[in-house]
Amino acid sequence: MAPAAPQAAARDAAPADGTDWEGVRLHVVTGKGGTGKTTVAAALALALAEDGRRTLLVEVEGRQGLAQLFDTDPLPHEERKIAAAPGGGEVLALAIDVEQALLEYLEMFYRVGRAGKALRKLGAIDFATTIAPGLRDVLLTGRAIEAVKRKTGDVPVYDAVVMDAPPTGRITRFLNVNTELAGLARFGPIHNQAQSVMRQLKSPQTAVHLVTLLEEMPTQETVDGAAELTAAGLPVGGVFVNMVRPSLLDEAALEAAAGGHRADVATALDGLVGGGDAPSDELVDALLDQAREHAQRVVLEREQRSAVREMGRPWYELPLLADGVDTGGLYALATELRRQGVA
Amino acid sequence: MRPAPRLDMDALLDDPRTRIVVCCGSGGVGKTTTAAALGVRAAERGRRTVVLTIDPARRLAQSMGLTELDNTPRRVEGVKTSAGGELFAMMLDMKRTFDEIVEAHADPARARAILENPFYQSLSAGFAGTQEYMAMEKLGQLQATGEWDLIVVDTPPSRSALDFLDAPDRLGSFLDGRFIRIMTAPAKVGGRSMMRFLDVGMTVVTSALGKVLGTQMLQDVQTFIAATESMFGGFRERADATYRLLQAPGTAFLVVAAPERDALREAAYFVDRLAEDAMPLAGLVLNRVHGTEAPGLSAERASAAAEALEEAVGAGPEPGSEKSSSAVVDKAIASTGADREFSSESAVPEDDPGPGTPRKPSGEGVNDDGAGQTSKRMPPGSATSPEDPGPASEDREQHLQQSQFSQLQNTRQDSGRPEARPTAPRPEGAPGGDSPDDGSPGYDAGLLAAGLLRLHAERMQVMDRERRTRERFTAMHPDVAVVAVPALPGDVHDLDGLRAIGDRLAEGG
Repeated sequence: MAPAAPQAAARDAAPADGTDWEGVRLHVVTGKGGTGKTTVAAALALALAEDGRRTLLVEVEGRQGLAQLFDTDPLPHEERKIAAAPGGGEVLALAIDVEQALLEYLEMFYRVGRAGKALRKLGAIDFATTIAPGLRDVLLTGRAIEAVKRKTGDVPVYDAVVMDAPPTGRITRFLNVNTELAGLARFGPIHNQAQSVMRQLKSPQTAVHLVTLLEEMPTQETVDGAAELTAAGLPVGGVFVNMVRPSLLDEAALEAAAGGHRADVATALDGLVGGGDAPSDELVDALLDQAREHAQRVVLEREQRSAVREMGRPWYELPLLADGVDTGGLYALATELRRQGVA
Repeated sequence: MRPAPRLDMDALLDDPRTRIVVCCGSGGVGKTTTAAALGVRAAERGRRTVVLTIDPARRLAQSMGLTELDNTPRRVEGVKTSAGGELFAMMLDMKRTFDEIVEAHADPARARAILENPFYQSLSAGFAGTQEYMAMEKLGQLQATGEWDLIVVDTPPSRSALDFLDAPDRLGSFLDGRFIRIMTAPAKVGGRSMMRFLDVGMTVVTSALGKVLGTQMLQDVQTFIAATESMFGGFRERADATYRLLQAPGTAFLVVAAPERDALREAAYFVDRLAEDAMPLAGLVLNRVHGTEAPGLSAERASAAAEALEEAVGAGPEPGSEKSSSAVVDKAIASTGADREFSSESAVPEDDPGPGTPRKPSGEGVNDDGAGQTSKRMPPGSATSPEDPGPASEDREQHLQQSQFSQLQNTRQDSGRPEARPTAPRPEGAPGGDSPDDGSPGYDAGLLAAGLLRLHAERMQVMDRERRTRERFTAMHPDVAVVAVPALPGDVHDLDGLRAIGDRLAEGG
C-alpha cells in the first residue's frame, strides 16, 4: 500500500543489536496540543530507565504537568527522583525555572554571588529572560544539554534526558531560536552557549519525537512539523501515535455493517436483547448506525496511519487509557514502548 | 444532582447585544472549529459576522472555501445571506499586525527605523506573549471599526489557557515596566531624578546584561523603546483597554472542552479564572460527546448477549488455545479500566527474547530489508509465523504481535486487507451471506450481531464515563451553562460540516 518512502536521515552507525534510539541521549518530545506529549515523554523516560538505568525528565514550560501526571507536589528547579523503573532504574524530574537558570549561568561565568539576588529584585533577570526571545530558549535547552553532558568521572550521570517540549507549532522556533539569538547577541558567552547548544541539538545524539493521534489535524501537523524540523537541520526522531482506540469490529463485520443486513441481524438478536422478544426496529437501526459510524472512523484512522507510515520514521502506537492517565497507566505505556523497540 | 443549565446558543448569537464571542480552552478540543461553526451560524441567522482565528491551520480556511486566510477579513462565499447576514474570516498574522500598528502611528521614516530594528524584529516574531497581545490588538481594531455585528475569536494555542489572559498584560507591563524605563533612561533627553540616583547601580546592571546579551542588543532595545514610546502611548494602556473590552457586557466567553478528565479539569480552572477577572462567561461547550439511539440496552446486557451469540457460533475463546481477538476485545471493553487490562495482560510472553536481547532498530531495519515501510505492520497471516527467519523488521513485528494491544491493532485495524479472523467456520444454516443487500463474503449474521452488541457496550461505557466526568464538573460549577456537542465520526471539511456542528451547538443539551 504505502510506497517505501525514503528514510529521512537514518542515524548512522546504530549498533545492530541496539534498540531504536541507541546512541540518542536527548529525546525532545513535541506534539500538537491535546495529543498527550507530556504523557508520552514520561512513558519514554520510564521505558529508557528500565534495567538499572537513570533518566531525567525535563519540563520547560512551567506548567507543572509532570507533577500532575505523577501526582506529586509541584516540582522545584532541582533534579529529584520522581519514579522508580522496573529492574532498578530511576527517573528524575526537573522543572526548569528560567530565571533560576540564568542566575546559575551568571554565577558560573561571572561569579555574581549575592549580586544575583539584587539583579532579580530589580527585575533585571526577568527583563533579560523576557527581552531576548531566544535567551529563554537557550537557557532551557542549555540546561537540558548540561544534564546530558554531566559526568561523574567518566560515566554520564544520565543515560538519557527526555524533554517535554513546546507543541509542534512552536518546536522548530524553540529549538532553532538559538540561531536567532546568536544573530542578536553577536558576541559573548551567550552567543557561544547558543552555538554549542545548537551543535548538540543537531547532532545524532538528539532526536525530536512527534506525538500524534489518528486524526486528520494532528497528523497533518505532525507531517508539517517533521518537514519544518528537517528543513532547519534538526534530527526528527520517531512518531508516537497516542490514544489509539481498539477497533471493535473486524473487517468482515465492518463491510457487513455497511451492507445493512437488517433482517439477519434482527433474527440473530431475537430473544437476546428484547427481554425475550424480538428486538425493536429502533434498536436494530441504532446498532447498525453505530456500526456505520464506527466503520467511518476506522477508515479515517486507517488513512492517518498510512500518512504516519509514509513519513518513513520509526513509529509506535500507544493505547487510549480510558480513565485518563495515572501512574499505573504510565508504567503500562512504558512497557508497551519497550515492547515496540523504543528502549 | 441538579443538571447544569442548558446553554441557549441561538439566543446568544441572535442577541444584538452580543458583540464578541471568545472561544477558549486547552489545545486539541475543537476551539477553532467551534469558532468557525458559530460564525457560519450567526451569519446565516442574520448577523454580519467576522471570525478571527489564531490557529495557523489551513484547514479552517479550506472549510470555509478560502484558499488562504490573511490579516484582513475575507468574505466567505456560500454562506446563506437570506437573513441579511454575512460572514468574513481572517487569520491573525502577528508580525503584520504589529507592523501595522507601527505604520499607523509613526511617520514613514521613523516607522522604517523601527521595522528595521533587530530587537523589534525578534520581538514581533517571537516574544512569548506577542501572539496573544496581537490577537487582542486585532480584536480591538475589529471592534473599533464598528463594521461588525459580531466578532467570533478563538484563542492562541497557548501553553495554558491562562496565557491568553495574562500575556497582553505581561507584554504591556514588561515594555512599560520599571526596569525597562531605567534601562532606557540614558536614551532619553534629560532623564529623571530617580534615574540619576540609580545611575551608578545601573551601570553595573547594564554591564552585566551587556555581557550576557551583548551590548548591541541592549542598544537596539534602547533605541526601540525610545522610538516607540511616544507612539504607543504606553503598551500598558493598550493592554488595559483590551482587557476592559473583554470584561464588557457585549462579550461572551465560551470555554471549550472535551468530556475527558484532563480537559475538563483545565476547563474548570479556566472558568474560575474568568470569574476572578470578572470576564463574562456564557457557558461550557463540551465537544465530541457520545450518545446512542439505544439507551435502553445496557453495556452489561449487550456484552452478555454478544457472548451468547459468539458461543452459539463457536467463536468464543477455546480453553487452552490462543486467545481469539474477540476475547481480547472482550477484555478491552469488559472494564472501564481497559488500560489496566492491557497493562496486566501485556506481560512478556515466554518466547519474548526479553530486554537486553538483540533487537533490530526498527527504523533501520524497516528500511534495510528492502520491504519498505509496508512491512512494519505485517499482515496477520504472515505475522503469525514468528519462527520464520524473515528480514530484520519481523523481529520487531513479533514483539508487536506478542503484545495483546498490538495484536488488537494488527489484526483488527490495519490496512484494508480482508480480516483473517480466527473464528470457527460459519455453522450450517446460520443466517447470513445470502441476504439480498449482502456484498461481502465471509459474513456471519450471528458474529455481526455480536460485533454490533460489543460496539454498543463500549459506547455505553464511554457515555457513562463522560457522564461522570461531566457531573464532576457540574458539581463544582453548578451555574455554568453547558452545551454538549455530539461527536462527528470525521473531521469537518466544508461549510456543510460547519453547519452540522452549528446545529449541534444549538441543539445540544
